[in-house]
Amino acid sequence: MRTGHDLELVHVTKRYGETVAVRDVSHVFTPGSYVCLLGPSGCGKSTTLRMIAGHENVSDGQIVLDGIDVSRRAPAKRGTAMMFQSYALFPHLNVRDNVAFSLRMKGIDKPARHAKANALLELVHMTDYADRLPAQLSGGQQQRVALARALVTEPKVLLLDEPLSALDPFLRIRMRAELKRLQRELGITFLHVTHGQDEALALADEVVVMNNAVIEQAGPAREVFNHPRTEFVARFMGGHNVITQGGGKVALRADDVKIDGKGLAATVTTVEYQGAVVSVTATTETGEDVLALVPEEQFFNAPKSPGDAVKLAWDEGRLHRLQA
Amino acid sequence: MTRNLIGWLQALPLAFVLAGFLVAPVAMIGMVSFWGSTEFSIYPAFQFENYRYLFSSAVTWKVFFATFKYAAITWALTLSIGFPVAFFLAFHVRSQTLQVALFLVCTIPFWTSNIIRMISWIPFLGRNGIANKTLIDWGVIDQPLEWLLYSDFSVILAFVHLYTLFMVVPIFNTMMRIDRSLLEAARDAGASGYQTLVHVILPLTKPGIMIGTIFVVTLVMGDFITVRFMSGSQRANVGRLISNDIALLQYPSAAATAVVLLVTVLMVIGILLRFVNIRKEL
Repeated sequence: MRTGHDLELVHVTKRYGETVAVRDVSHVFTPGSYVCLLGPSGCGKSTTLRMIAGHENVSDGQIVLDGIDVSRRAPAKRGTAMMFQSYALFPHLNVRDNVAFSLRMKGIDKPARHAKANALLELVHMTDYADRLPAQLSGGQQQRVALARALVTEPKVLLLDEPLSALDPFLRIRMRAELKRLQRELGITFLHVTHGQDEALALADEVVVMNNAVIEQAGPAREVFNHPRTEFVARFMGGHNVITQGGGKVALRADDVKIDGKGLAATVTTVEYQGAVVSVTATTETGEDVLALVPEEQFFNAPKSPGDAVKLAWDEGRLHRLQA
Repeated sequence: MTRNLIGWLQALPLAFVLAGFLVAPVAMIGMVSFWGSTEFSIYPAFQFENYRYLFSSAVTWKVFFATFKYAAITWALTLSIGFPVAFFLAFHVRSQTLQVALFLVCTIPFWTSNIIRMISWIPFLGRNGIANKTLIDWGVIDQPLEWLLYSDFSVILAFVHLYTLFMVVPIFNTMMRIDRSLLEAARDAGASGYQTLVHVILPLTKPGIMIGTIFVVTLVMGDFITVRFMSGSQRANVGRLISNDIALLQYPSAAATAVVLLVTVLMVIGILLRFVNIRKEL
């Protein structure tokens, strides 16, 4: 369904000389949702985001927001706001002035812009730090400020360029919960670029997987994970085996593989203890690697070591045929 | 304890060099500045006669004023030329090769000695020089302009010619350290090019401007040869005052003037440093 605040890419292409960074991409992003643009580095996801933001020109095609082609507009006139990977906070301005920067550029007087900035700092729980300089903040705090600064313009779409990549793993998990909370509260579209599939699965209402300058698959997180369309998606989302069967490729979730007394003969190559599960990689007689995620307790009832001969089995109904 | 000792030993050579070639000479100048002198001799003493004479003479005040004037005008001009040049090099020239090439172009004034450079201005600026001839040929003026050479104009022209690079380099250096994503963030927040310049680039370039300012101000205030050559000995600054005293073998008087100049320059730098913290640039 098409509603007011939706963002649409219409045959968008970006060329740098001979190289094509984004090739003829068309997509309607689900409005008011948390969208993750996922892919390996160099797949065109960041370029796509930067084109939507207006920091790169589109070579061809349109970017439509709210029914208006914004692809030739200045970044601030599009209804988007961007949060930069390194946060890009102005080092000479304190937190409040950083947040109020865009209001100052618009010529809004000091009391009004400070009031607005304070309100946003409250939204991201940074009120106590309003008078500090960015250098006096931790990474997570800087990120909250960057978020407040992007939101102060009241964008229809917030663009986040790998926002969590500069944080340590523990903080990353806390901040992603925070991002999700903000998106729910504000009800605007968040478009989040990441190369981490776990981040995308944790956050996204809609996952858009890009590879080689095109969108490979887009859909709700669960659908993309459980029904990968291509071998690339299956492998990139992780937790899947891609097996050749009957001339075609099929995907099989690693946690559906059972190490039983009967089934396909294979030799264990690696065993990794991962806490709740144990990941066992085994090579079949045809030379294919199959990954099995075995619940911890089950594994240690009949432990296996590299070199052991095992039989791999799975429910045929769990196999999922890939298109490419 | 031994680590501490090694540290001191490592600092020792430099300490000796600085003590021998900086601290001792300055102390010597300070000491001599209290000595007495007659027309034909100088004698060790501790008297304030040199300073009393210096501060009571109207010439001193005039010459110090002229020195400040040269410094201020040269500073304003080198900054207004240097900032745009640095800005252009840092933000508009994308290729590094071109950046290096243009930088070398900026250093052209330094390919020859200061004296030759100054002498070469003379046929250009003189009464019958190229500048006057051209202007008369174009019909802009009827009479040769007298103030082109041997004037404040020519002195400042030579200073600007000489020292603009000292402004360009530190400003360029600071500008190159500005994270380019800050400019995008400013654009994203709706800042125009001019607003980005005023609200982002200029505040972040301040340390570079300050380092360039210190270079230019100290160089101009300590100069005497440029003033002498380009003004045809018709203008004076403090440096010339000192050099004249030395020529007349009035070392105590020269030393006293030098001490006052040193203190003045240090005060100027002290004031400048109060405005901007340059420590993180060093």
